[in-house]
Amino acid sequence: MSVRHAILALLSEGPKYGLQLQKEFESSTGEVWPLNIGQVYTTLQRLERDGLVESDEAENEGTQKGFHITDAGSTELSSWLNTPPDMTSPPRDELVIKVLSALRVPGVSVHDVIQVHRRYLIELMQQWTRLKEDEADFDLTFALVVDAELFRLDSVVRWLDTADGRLKRAASEPSVASTGPRLGRRLVVRR
Amino acid sequence: MSLLELHQISKSYGEGPTAVRALAEIDLSVDEGHLVAIMGPSGSGKSTLLTIAGSLEEPTSGEVAIDGASLRAMSRNDKARLRRRTIGYVFQDFNLLPGLTAAENVALPLELDGVSARKAHQAGLAALEQLGLADRAGRYPDQLSGGERQRVAIARSVVGERKVLLADEPSGALDSTNGEAVMRMILDACKRGVAAVVVTHDAHLASWADRVIFLRDGRAVDHVAPDLSDSSLATPRA
Ligand SMILES: Nc1ncnc2c1ncn2[C@@H]1O[C@H](COP(=O)(O)OP(=O)(O)OP(=O)(O)O)[C@@H](O)[C@H]1O
Ligand SMILES: [Mg+2]
Repeated sequence: MSVRHAILALLSEGPKYGLQLQKEFESSTGEVWPLNIGQVYTTLQRLERDGLVESDEAENEGTQKGFHITDAGSTELSSWLNTPPDMTSPPRDELVIKVLSALRVPGVSVHDVIQVHRRYLIELMQQWTRLKEDEADFDLTFALVVDAELFRLDSVVRWLDTADGRLKRAASEPSVASTGPRLGRRLVVRR
Repeated sequence: MSLLELHQISKSYGEGPTAVRALAEIDLSVDEGHLVAIMGPSGSGKSTLLTIAGSLEEPTSGEVAIDGASLRAMSRNDKARLRRRTIGYVFQDFNLLPGLTAAENVALPLELDGVSARKAHQAGLAALEQLGLADRAGRYPDQLSGGERQRVAIARSVVGERKVLLADEPSGALDSTNGEAVMRMILDACKRGVAAVVVTHDAHLASWADRVIFLRDGRAVDHVAPDLSDSSLATPRA
């Protein structure tokens, strides 16, 4: 989550104070990501240093400083919105590593390990879904964020299901059951 | 009160060495107002479980009771009445009658049960409307998209005063927005006291349930029944 760019987006609507930015950030992410005020001010300082925002002079001691976006800031914001995040290299996913490791540990059933994680993910999804069950206090931004989270978790469940099926099939077809004989075959071919 | 009770249900297809054991010693009890999801890989016995719970198929051993009445003691006619009146069933392949419009399909179980044609039609329209299909009411199944047919089948399963709702992959041909509409409709039925069982591959659908049961090779291997008051989500909303 790029707090920096989210703040630029909020400032693109017009000049704002730090406290206001904090509140609007939280409500614009459906209050799913809390943001502390210290983080808002450090981010604003950096944005100002980079020439992407400017602060208005406080009228007198003790009043809040307002911030507005610069032309450079608007350009930066627009290019960020249209640049896909880097998804080219697979993240080193801890769950994937756990499942791969379970294959190696004697006496451990990889299917049981998969089920432990599947159950946990579904429990999490139930909790998210409960949040949207009550449509009355369900605003649009919140709905979008909850959906994103549900789809993220769902994709992991689907990977687990696929892995489960693939491993089961591999176990019932000994020719592809383990990597051992296959590597051996490959070596023979190479020679 | 438990509206659906499965006790030690086993089911084998065929006999001897080629027999397939589709279900083994399944216990399941679903209370009034509760929604249970059944998950599991293809061939794990989900549809078999549902057809047995819906009295469409006999278990090899074990007992099924619906609304307190054991199926074992029932005549064919009793079971037919139960399926018409008490159980709403959504089949994996929808099973709409081709010669009837969407609204007529939905109203059919009510009419079979003696409700006047006009009242049944009204109830049918209301159910279709809830699933965003009001303007499709007069169409025949072959004039509907796959997802629309599926929603008609769901509307048909919830009209009337059913007590038990059994749905096999109710979101198979639906995009996620319509999948959510279907789950809301099922939840509404639960709020009226219906006991529902939904079979699904889809974790999104399962996450609407109070309880999720995982089948593997015909056995219930695990279940989820979280204490939802104790949310662990990292959000101030939770
Ligand atoms: N009428 C039948 N005769 C013989 N075997 C059957 C019959 N019906 C189901 N089976 C077998 O019983 C097992 C369970 O089938 P079932 O339809 O319950 O699976 P499922 O979990 O619903 O799968 P899917 O997710 O693919 O719908 C499978 O091995 C299937 O081949
Ligand atoms: Mg099935």
